[in-house]
Amino acid sequence: MTRDDLLSELYDKTLVGNGPDVLTLTRQGLSDGLGPEALLYEALIPALEEVGARFERGDFFVPEMLIAGKAMAGALDILRPLLAETGAETIGKVVMGTVKGDVHDIGKNLVNIMFEGAGFEVIDLGVQVSPEKFVNAVIEHKPDILGFSAFLTTTMPMFKANMNALTKAGLRDEVIVMVGGAPVTQEYADVVGADGYAADASAAVVKAKELLRRRRALTKV
Amino acid sequence: MSSSATERTSTTGSSTSLGSNPRVVACGALAGHIRDIAARRGWQLDVHPLPARLHNRPGQIPAAVSEAGPATIVAYADCGTYGQLDELIKDTGARRLPGLHCYDLLAGTDTISDVFHVEPGTYLLTDYLVRTFDRTVVASLGLDRYPELWPDYFGHYTRVAWLAQQPTPGLEAEARRIAALFGLPLTRIDTGLSRLEAALAELLVVEESE
Repeated sequence: MTRDDLLSELYDKTLVGNGPDVLTLTRQGLSDGLGPEALLYEALIPALEEVGARFERGDFFVPEMLIAGKAMAGALDILRPLLAETGAETIGKVVMGTVKGDVHDIGKNLVNIMFEGAGFEVIDLGVQVSPEKFVNAVIEHKPDILGFSAFLTTTMPMFKANMNALTKAGLRDEVIVMVGGAPVTQEYADVVGADGYAADASAAVVKAKELLRRRRALTKV
Repeated sequence: MSSSATERTSTTGSSTSLGSNPRVVACGALAGHIRDIAARRGWQLDVHPLPARLHNRPGQIPAAVSEAGPATIVAYADCGTYGQLDELIKDTGARRLPGLHCYDLLAGTDTISDVFHVEPGTYLLTDYLVRTFDRTVVASLGLDRYPELWPDYFGHYTRVAWLAQQPTPGLEAEARRIAALFGLPLTRIDTGLSRLEAALAELLVVEESE
């Protein structure tokens, strides 16, 4: 199989979420001498971008997105240590979690998939994450972006509790805060003082990149 | 519960231009119950059910209700539309059932609040969901095609609670089968249909007074 054939096959298998084939092709690519960056940036990430585009168009639904994301995650488990060895930098670090009292994480997981697919490093704190745990994660991981997700209207007020905890810990200005979830709106994001909101996983990546670009431009000045 | 709803809806006069009977655009998961209640109470309602699978696509509910034509009663709670349903019907004269979702409507908001307070990881079933789980949940979420996604969807749940409207041994067995799919204990909470009946009666009485 030529280099282009392998990358094309890896792209196709990631797009349809064929986890076993994605693993096989990733290993084969590495043994054929392809660098981890080539596999990531020329096959896996473009495939996930296409998944996101199809989701936005309504051609893909949640199951297709999840299954593609899982296939990519398997490849990333192989590539991550190799990428670290090459010194390749991610475009940013994101800490994500579903707020305390809420166990719904499909939306958050979709966002994680798209973030990873866009080249972010994602640290997922899981569900029912307390304000204290978010604060500790910011201290430990020093992320560029902190994401809160809520599915229930009854748990949305935890956004404000998390923001208060960040402020109390003196960390509010250290991190970009993004919020999302089915009941969340831009208006609500503004009310709780978040820096960003997105209605879906693809939009979250676009927004995150925009916020990060703005933050880094300010830092340079 | 007022009897005036019965008297009102048994007549042919209507405050709407929808014909002789109030037209109820209903979630398919509630339509059968509504017909049963109406038959027992002697209410003459034109019940127009919409696909219950919209439960998993709440963003599509407002458009589906709109396309269903004029309604006297929209037999949905907010159902994850986060105000869009209210926005849709606010100038139409139609009214919807109370609550955030049908769980509130069937069990009462206090009960549902308690359920999640005690166990945030509670997966709720109703009679309808028990009866149609394989279609409305398993197939609708793609779990028939991708069974490996089960933990992605349900991995954080810690119990299954069945809000039972009209429990039967058959439904009980099916609810237990579903709980076993989750690998979780089943809690049964008998709700009956009294709250749904009261909510419908209230909406019909309001219509009569207008």
